[in-house]
Amino acid sequence: MASFKPTKVPFLPKLGEKVTEETLYWKNYKSPVQIKEFGAITKIDFSPLPPHNYAVTASTRIHIYGPHSQEPIRSFTRFRDTAYGGRFRGDGKLLVAGSEEGLIRLFDISGRVALRQFKGHTKAVHMTSFLSDGFRVVSGSDDLSCRVWDVPSAVELSSLTEHTDYIRALAPSKLNPDLFVTGSYDHTVKVFDMRSGSSVMTMQHGHPVECVLLYPSEALLVSTGGRYVKVWDLLKGGQELVSLKNHHKTVTCACLSSVGNKLLTGSLDRHVKVYNSSYKVVHNFDCDASILSMAIAPDDEALAVGMTNGVLSVRHRRHKKDKETLTSRRRRGPSYQVFVKGKNFVPRQDDFLVSKPVKQYLRKYDKQLKSFEVSKALDTALQTWTRTSKPDVTVAVIIELKRRGTLKNALAGRNEESLTKILNFLLKHIFDPRFSRPLLMVGDIVLDLYQQVFHQSPVVERLLQRLMEVLGREAELQQELLQVLGILDTLFTSLTPRKEVAALAASPVAQESQLQAA
Amino acid sequence: MKITGLSHLFKWENLHNWWLTKYFFPPLFVLCTSGDSVKVYSTRTEEWLHSLQGHTNQVTGIALNRANHLQVYSCSADGTVKLWDFIDGILIKTFIIGYPLFAIYVSEKHDGIVFLHIAMDTDSKNECFQLVAVHLPKSAEQEVEAKELSAVSSRISPNPSCTAFGREGQYIAFARHLQLNVYFFRKQKTYSFSLKATDKKGAKNAFTCIACHPADDCIATGHEDGKIRLWRNFIHTKEYTYSTQHWHHNAVNTLCFTPEGTNLLSGGIESVLVQWQYGAGNRKEFLPRLGGSILHVSTSSDGQLFCTSHSDNKITVIESSFKVCGVIQGLVKGDAVLTDLMIDPRSKALVLNGKPGHLQFYSLMRDKHLYNLDIVQQEYIYEAGLDQFEVVKAAFDINGYWLATVEERGQKSSDLEFVLKLWAYDERTQSFVLNTTITAAHTDRIISMCFSSSEETTMLVTTAEDGQFKAWCQGADADTQQDQSFWSCEFVGSYHNLKPTNCSFSADSSLLAVNFQEVITIWSPDTWELLTTLCQPPGVVRDLCFGRLSCSKYLIATTTRNLLCCWNLLTCALEWSTSVEVSKLQPDPLSENVAAFSYQSKHTDLFVFKPSEPRPLFTHKNMCSEKIHRAVFVPREEPLNNCDESSQWLNRSQLYFLTQNMDLLTFSTATEEDRMLSSSKRLVIDDSVAVTPFYLLLGKHRQQQQKLNTPSHPAADKPQQPQGSVTITELLHTPAHVLPAASVLCSMLVSSLLISNTGVRKDPLREMESSEQEMNSEKEEEHSEEEMEACDSQQELRAQGSVDEVTPKLSKAQERELKRIRKTDFSWMTGLIDSKP
Repeated sequence: MASFKPTKVPFLPKLGEKVTEETLYWKNYKSPVQIKEFGAITKIDFSPLPPHNYAVTASTRIHIYGPHSQEPIRSFTRFRDTAYGGRFRGDGKLLVAGSEEGLIRLFDISGRVALRQFKGHTKAVHMTSFLSDGFRVVSGSDDLSCRVWDVPSAVELSSLTEHTDYIRALAPSKLNPDLFVTGSYDHTVKVFDMRSGSSVMTMQHGHPVECVLLYPSEALLVSTGGRYVKVWDLLKGGQELVSLKNHHKTVTCACLSSVGNKLLTGSLDRHVKVYNSSYKVVHNFDCDASILSMAIAPDDEALAVGMTNGVLSVRHRRHKKDKETLTSRRRRGPSYQVFVKGKNFVPRQDDFLVSKPVKQYLRKYDKQLKSFEVSKALDTALQTWTRTSKPDVTVAVIIELKRRGTLKNALAGRNEESLTKILNFLLKHIFDPRFSRPLLMVGDIVLDLYQQVFHQSPVVERLLQRLMEVLGREAELQQELLQVLGILDTLFTSLTPRKEVAALAASPVAQESQLQAA
Repeated sequence: MKITGLSHLFKWENLHNWWLTKYFFPPLFVLCTSGDSVKVYSTRTEEWLHSLQGHTNQVTGIALNRANHLQVYSCSADGTVKLWDFIDGILIKTFIIGYPLFAIYVSEKHDGIVFLHIAMDTDSKNECFQLVAVHLPKSAEQEVEAKELSAVSSRISPNPSCTAFGREGQYIAFARHLQLNVYFFRKQKTYSFSLKATDKKGAKNAFTCIACHPADDCIATGHEDGKIRLWRNFIHTKEYTYSTQHWHHNAVNTLCFTPEGTNLLSGGIESVLVQWQYGAGNRKEFLPRLGGSILHVSTSSDGQLFCTSHSDNKITVIESSFKVCGVIQGLVKGDAVLTDLMIDPRSKALVLNGKPGHLQFYSLMRDKHLYNLDIVQQEYIYEAGLDQFEVVKAAFDINGYWLATVEERGQKSSDLEFVLKLWAYDERTQSFVLNTTITAAHTDRIISMCFSSSEETTMLVTTAEDGQFKAWCQGADADTQQDQSFWSCEFVGSYHNLKPTNCSFSADSSLLAVNFQEVITIWSPDTWELLTTLCQPPGVVRDLCFGRLSCSKYLIATTTRNLLCCWNLLTCALEWSTSVEVSKLQPDPLSENVAAFSYQSKHTDLFVFKPSEPRPLFTHKNMCSEKIHRAVFVPREEPLNNCDESSQWLNRSQLYFLTQNMDLLTFSTATEEDRMLSSSKRLVIDDSVAVTPFYLLLGKHRQQQQKLNTPSHPAADKPQQPQGSVTITELLHTPAHVLPAASVLCSMLVSSLLISNTGVRKDPLREMESSEQEMNSEKEEEHSEEEMEACDSQQELRAQGSVDEVTPKLSKAQERELKRIRKTDFSWMTGLIDSKP
């Protein structure tokens, strides 16, 4: 015969973010590891070689950390003033960094003392980088010049002074050793070609440029500055492809994930945003302070974020392996074979199989509902774990009781303790649009039932007081929202094009319908 | 060929059985009353075997003949008691009583006497009933008038389950309101015991049913408040005792002791069968969730099977171990049919409300309940006055891939809850699977909905009391990138804040018509542009539909002010209108025809017309006296070739409609009825013989023999060769252990071995032998034999001149045989046979 139908817990979608595969991917990071540096972290760079150490430039030092170490495995401290822009060479053996005093230093990873020093800039050098041939270094400085240096001889090869403001962004091409892109506070992004010795392309970003980034294909260029992130199509002669405005403070850094080339941007507003390939924000990392620099390890194994307060926060990717070991440890019990004897038995061809009746497993509250124990079922649904982590189950049981017409019976005859539980639950969830209807009903019934005895318990009285206040506030809010809606309605009506108003005289019916359609 | 009129297809009271008995030594059959017949079902296969037809009015009760366990008495409101052989479905006798009868009881002790409920003729208003003992006269005639009536008591409740015979028929117990009476036959005395109207807790003590213990002096009574009382020691008026047991929360509908008296079964509205152990106090077993509320319980004579009948037209067969082993389900009778009548385009089954919260699929072709689809998916609580979710709207798309349902709760109270659900057909499970649940589709109740009729894109339009209509489309959600596609709202439309009531798509889905009170608006579903409005005041539009096929340019609407209008959509002008009060408009999907049911001056007329012309094709005045709100055209499996103009509209589909009394009616044509009759006859014959391997073996032979024999009657000149005999080859090739006894087979074997001579003399012997055999075993052949005899006698007349002399020893049958063989010498006959093969 028909079996008991368990209470259905309706799936009510939450408003707001939607769960997609990408959000799941980006959510799959462990909680960040925090490392305190001496000053604001201006640059983070991952070594291209495994085990992918990373260089962190902060204050007057450059620290190199291992992938899982909390302590620096090496540090370069021979800076007299603030160091800037520490970057690895393509083979991960050399590191170049600029500094506040205008000197550019070249280090060997295993050494301590600078191998070369490039002198020539008159002001601070914020950006340095190797060109892709590995024998030249390019630097951008606050003296408005952009210089290229020869590594073996430590000689300045050329100086380009096309920018009219500080140069704070630089990206060399990985495919062509003669190309690099610079971004400056004069709102422009320029592409330089060393073969011609001048800029070959200029893009107007519209805001002081903080960071430039080339896609691996080098057909697309990303520039950040102000609140904007702009993507340029270089093959179309520097045409703006898209302009994104998702941060509410200056966007200071950007990087590309190595899996699927997803764009990540960090901003002074303490957020890191992840974009999908159609440039929609799919995920968001929150940080404690304004973000100055950010880098992501190859294969997205770790995301390192440097902040103004000198804190380096590193998130490591969570692997399935870790999870499995966790769960397997938890679920270890007696082995399956102990319970199911003869599970390997294969029936022969003419054996008549008698299938075992499938036992229906019910939740505790369903069992109690099945035997019409309504108060107990409500108690079960209001257990701490269910109440806090699965309020939808609690509400589903309340709705089921309402449907059976026994909600009043279930709520009646409770003591102070269980009544406090119910009232606390109401306080927490009564505004959730998913639950408000049944919970308001519960509130009504509780008031009806216990009107006479409320004053006996100060705890309950206080809770009721709070409930009343909160409800009053909510009612006011709703009213205000309705007013806003009214205002919007009038605005929309006045925005209706005049042409249709003319048509109104001719056929009022048609006009009305267009309004509705709009 | 012409329309013969309405044929009552199903009444919902189909299995509504007051007096369900299931008896017979091997408990094989269930008998139940159904309208003016008694139906016999098999408990093993749950199949309907045959019905005992003959009464001219509602059958009110059946009871087994205690003297002969193969016979059953039935009583009817037409004033007769009939005695049947229920295994073969033969009417044995009819006793004419002369008064409408309401229940029948028999007792072991009183042979030849039946006890009947008769309405007291003094005041029929007050529903006074009398228990009467009738002595059934023994006479050989088919119809007998039974005049020996003797009143037993007049204090009888109209409920037949309030009367029961006590141990070995020594006394009879009957109750009415608050009084229990026991009449002792030996003492000829009635003892009365009465309960107070109410006790302290406000309990309702009225009696609802009675059962007597078969071996002990104990009467069990059920009460309106759900209590069961066991009365003992009632031989003395003063010193009687009773014990009370209470489990049912509502009235106990039925009580029954098992044949040994070890257990007491009870049932009520909760649909839980309760088994109380007799003499063990409160020990009981439950069998919950059986279906509708239990109306009656009975047990088989050996106590192996119980059987319950339910209010939703169902009989459940239960083993004594309290396991359900069979369900006999008719068209499920719900409280009301809230959905339209629909046809599932896939299975061509009729779909409508069934069990609470379910949709039932009922095959009209096979007259069989297919399955219930659980829409609400919640535990049903059997409680009077509880507001339950009900399926109020349902619609299929044109391919049968999608089903949309609306369930509603709280029609009476202020907080209305309703859910729109969309179900997708799953090929693998052959059933519908929930795809999308929309909890707040509209802010107010949904009035109507329809699917678009195009094959490519499916779209659902709902109209609601909040003044809006919404279009729902199936579309994959781009952001979540999931494969499954769900339904979401595509367009919200309204018109001057008026309330939309009906919506309809044109045949090619290029137009959507939604009516807002007096105004019909025509929309284009592609662009959601309002194309035009049509209006014919005064009167709010009640129903609207588009024409089909060649009439697809027409739109028909009915208004509350008795107007039937037809617009031409090409000119946007009114084509014609006529004044008729239409309660239901139903277009035929396979032809241009539209059926309109009009309710005027307390009877319903039917008009069938084509939208292109205002003259009706067919009119049927005064069809029934109730208003008709639901109707549906059911496409036929194969179209009829009907040339008669008045019934041409029934060629491609059949019209079914539902009256307010919940009768499902249809129109049938004369040929169809013939076919139905013949098919039912065939069924009866097939079912009456049990299909066993032995039958299969022998039955095949018989059929083959028959085949061989019939042509060999005349074609005597073609002898049957023994080696060619199928019987012999099969006998020789079948393993010995499955063969019947040699004595049975002997004659057959011998007869097949006989080489029939070309001479005439030998044949009759063989013929006789085989025909005798057949006559012993099968009635079927008797029929054919008789038919042949009939035609023989006709031909006899012609052949009278050439009758030879016959040996006087021969019996009549043999004489006939001989005559028949002689007649084969006619040359025209042989010519006919020669041409046949």
